[in-house]
Amino acid sequence: MKRIRPYGDRTDDGVIQLTFTLPIPAGPRARETARLFVEREMGMKDVKVAAMEAASRTHAYFVVYASTTASIDYDAVQVPVVDTPNYGFSGVNERIQGELKRHIVVVGGNNGFDSHTVGIDAIINMKGFAGDYGLERYPGFRAFNLGAQLKDDEFLDRAVEVHADAILVSKVVTQRDIHKEDARGLIERAKARGLRDRFIFILGGPRLSHKEALELGYDAGFGPGTKPSEVASYLVDEVIKRSKSHPAAGSGL
Amino acid sequence: MPTLPVDEAKVAECRQLAARIARQVQDYIDQHTTVAVERTVLRLLGIDGVGDHGAPLANLLVETLHKEGALGQGAAYWLGRCFRLGLDNPKALVSSLPRLLADGGKQLPPLTPAEDAALRADIQRMAVDAVEELSRRREKRDALRQKLGVGEDPQKYIIVATGNIYEDVEQARAAAQAGAQIIAVIRSTAQSLLDYVPHGATTEGFGGTYATQENFRIMREALDDESQRLGRYIQLTNYSSGLCMPEIAFMAAHERLDMLLNDSMYGILFRDINMRRTFIDQYFSRRIIAASRIIINTGEDNYLTTADAVDQGHTVLASQFINEALAHLAGCVDSQLGLGHAHEINPWVEDSWLMELAQAQLIRQVFPRHPLKFMPPTKHMTGDIFWSHVYDAMFNLATVTTKQTIQLVGVMTEAMHTPLLMDRYCALKSVNYISGAAKHLADEIQFTPGGRIEKRALQVLDHAHETLKHVDDVGLMDAIGEGVFADTKRRVDGGKGHEGVVVREKNYFNPFLDLLRPPPAP
Repeated sequence: MKRIRPYGDRTDDGVIQLTFTLPIPAGPRARETARLFVEREMGMKDVKVAAMEAASRTHAYFVVYASTTASIDYDAVQVPVVDTPNYGFSGVNERIQGELKRHIVVVGGNNGFDSHTVGIDAIINMKGFAGDYGLERYPGFRAFNLGAQLKDDEFLDRAVEVHADAILVSKVVTQRDIHKEDARGLIERAKARGLRDRFIFILGGPRLSHKEALELGYDAGFGPGTKPSEVASYLVDEVIKRSKSHPAAGSGL
Repeated sequence: MPTLPVDEAKVAECRQLAARIARQVQDYIDQHTTVAVERTVLRLLGIDGVGDHGAPLANLLVETLHKEGALGQGAAYWLGRCFRLGLDNPKALVSSLPRLLADGGKQLPPLTPAEDAALRADIQRMAVDAVEELSRRREKRDALRQKLGVGEDPQKYIIVATGNIYEDVEQARAAAQAGAQIIAVIRSTAQSLLDYVPHGATTEGFGGTYATQENFRIMREALDDESQRLGRYIQLTNYSSGLCMPEIAFMAAHERLDMLLNDSMYGILFRDINMRRTFIDQYFSRRIIAASRIIINTGEDNYLTTADAVDQGHTVLASQFINEALAHLAGCVDSQLGLGHAHEINPWVEDSWLMELAQAQLIRQVFPRHPLKFMPPTKHMTGDIFWSHVYDAMFNLATVTTKQTIQLVGVMTEAMHTPLLMDRYCALKSVNYISGAAKHLADEIQFTPGGRIEKRALQVLDHAHETLKHVDDVGLMDAIGEGVFADTKRRVDGGKGHEGVVVREKNYFNPFLDLLRPPPAP
C-alpha cells in the first residue's frame, strides 16, 4: 500500500492551490469568510488567502493556498484504459492488409443538439489532427463523416446501409451533461433496434474518458488530444478480434 | 505605427475582384426572396406574437403563403389584400389565410389596378412608420453612446452564456464592472438551424441563451442601467446568422443592439445552410443593419479552426474582401465592418507569434477604417489554464501592437467550459494590464525591411489575390463548392433551408427594399 498526498514544496506537505469566487463584496469580512470556508468547512490547514480582489461590486475573487491532511492509496486505484499500442499510419495499414484482408468501415458524427463537428473532423477527415492523418486517408478504412446534429435513427440507418464495423460518436457541448444524455440515447436506440452488438461503439470528446464511455454503454472512449492513429489502432485490433470470433462479411480490399 | 510595404495597387485589384464577385451574387439575390426575408417583412409591419402552440405568427402566415405558392408576390402584398378584406387581426388571419388562398385564390375578389395601387400605398405608409420607428431607436441608442462614450480601443468584448437570461444579466454586469466594453450573449447551440425565432424571455438553453426579442430587451435594459452607473456605454451584441438572419437583424435594430455577428458565408460553411438562402438572407439583414448603423462582426476567424492557420491564412483575407464587397452592396459603410480574424497558428511552431503579428498588421493596413475584430486562440487551447493564460497574453500583446479595434477577450478556460465569473475577471485583468503597459508600442517599432514578418504578410496578400482571381473566374458559389474557404465544400443546392428560397414574381412587393436607407454620416 502506498498512501500519497499532494506535493507542493516537499514530500507529503499536502499543499493545494484554490481559486474561487464568493457572492459577497470584497473586504476584510470577505477575506475572513474565505479563510474560514477553507479551514473550517473544507477541513484544510495552514490556510493563506494569497489574493482577494473585487471581481465585481458583489463578487469577491480569491486565490488561496492550504494544506490537506487527506491522502490516498495509489495502489488501490484502478482505471480502465484502451491498451492497444499505437501502430501508426503504416502499422495500421499493414495489419489491415496482412491480417484482416478487408476494409474497416466506420461512420462518425455528433448526434443530438450538439452542432460541433471539430472532434469528428479531427478523427475522420483526411487532414487529421496534429500532423496525424485522419481515417479517410487510410487505404484500409472506408470512413463516412456524417457531421453534426444527427438524429439517432439516421445515424444507425447509415451505419446499417454501409455495413459499418464501428460507429464513432463525438460530443463537444457538455452543459448540464447533455453529452451524456445524447450519448446514452444513441445506445438505447441501438438496443431497441437490436443493433447494439452489430457495431463497435466508440465515444470521444474533450470532456470524456474511456471509463465514462464504458459507463455510458460504449465499447471504448477517447479523451482530449486523441490522435486518429490511436482510434485506428484500437479499431483494427478490435475488428480483427471480433472477426475471429464470428467472421462477418465485409468489403474486400 | 509600424507599416508593411503593402502594394496598394494589388490591394485595389483585390477590391475590384471582390466587387465583381459580389455583383454576380447580387444579381441572383435581386431576383429572389426567402421565407426568412418575408417573415422579417411581416415583423417590420408589426406582426408580432405567437399562435396557439407557440409558433410565431410570422412563421404561420409565411408558411401558408409558401405552401400555396403565393410567396413570390411578397408577404407585404398579401397582408395588404387581407387588410382590404377587413382582416386585420393577425391571429385570426392565421386561420383565414389558408381558406383565402385555396384553389389558387379563386375565392378572393379580383382587384382593379386602382385597388392594387391603393393596397400598396396602405402598406407603404405602414412601412414608412416602421422605418421611422427604427430610426428613432437608432437615434436613442446613438445618443446614449455619444453621451457616455464607449471607451478606448481595443474594445474588450466578452461572452456570457448561462442559458438563463436573468443569470446572463448578472454576469454581464460583473464583466462590465471588470472593464468589459462589449457584451455578447452566446446563443443556445443549434439555434442557427431553427427556422423560427423563439418567443419571450428564456431561462433554459444549451451552451448559450436563446436569442429572442424579449431577451434582447432585458439585456439592453440592464446594460443601459449599468452604463449609467459606470459612466461608460456598454455595447451589446448577438447573432444575426443561421436560418433567421434577417429576423434577428430586425429584432436587434428594434431593441437597440450595437453589434451583430453577421457573415455572408459563415452559415454555408459551418452550419451547412444552403448558400442561395444565405446570400439572400444576408442581403436583407444587412439592409436593416445599414439603416440602423449596427456594427457587424464577420466570421473569418472560424476558417482557421478547420483549416490550417499557416497554410490558409490568405483565405481569411480573401473572404474579408468578399464580405466587405457584399456589405457595401447592402449599404453598409466601412466603419460598420468588423471584419473577423484570429490568432490560431499552432503556438509551438517556431516564430508562430511573428506570423500572427504579420497577418494582424496586414489586415489592419488593408482595412484601415474598419472596426476589425480579433479573435483569441481556441484551437490549440488545453485544460492547462496557466499555460492558456500565457497564450492569451501573447494574443493580447499582438492585439495592442497592431491596433485592432474589437478584441474578443481570450479566457484561459476556453477549452473547458463557458467562462466562470472569476475566469472572465482574470482574463480582463490581463487585457487591462497589457493594453495599458504596451499602449504606444505600435508607435515605437518598425518591422525589419525584408524580414520574416514582412515576407509572411506579403505572401498572405499574394495568395489572397490569387484566390480572389480564381473565385472571380469560377464564381463564388462554385468556389465554395470546391472548398476554397475553411477546407469545406458545399453544393449550391445542398444544405438546410434551400426549400425556403423563392423567385420574386414581377409584381413582387417589399416596400422596405426602397425604404431602408443608410442614415446620414454622423
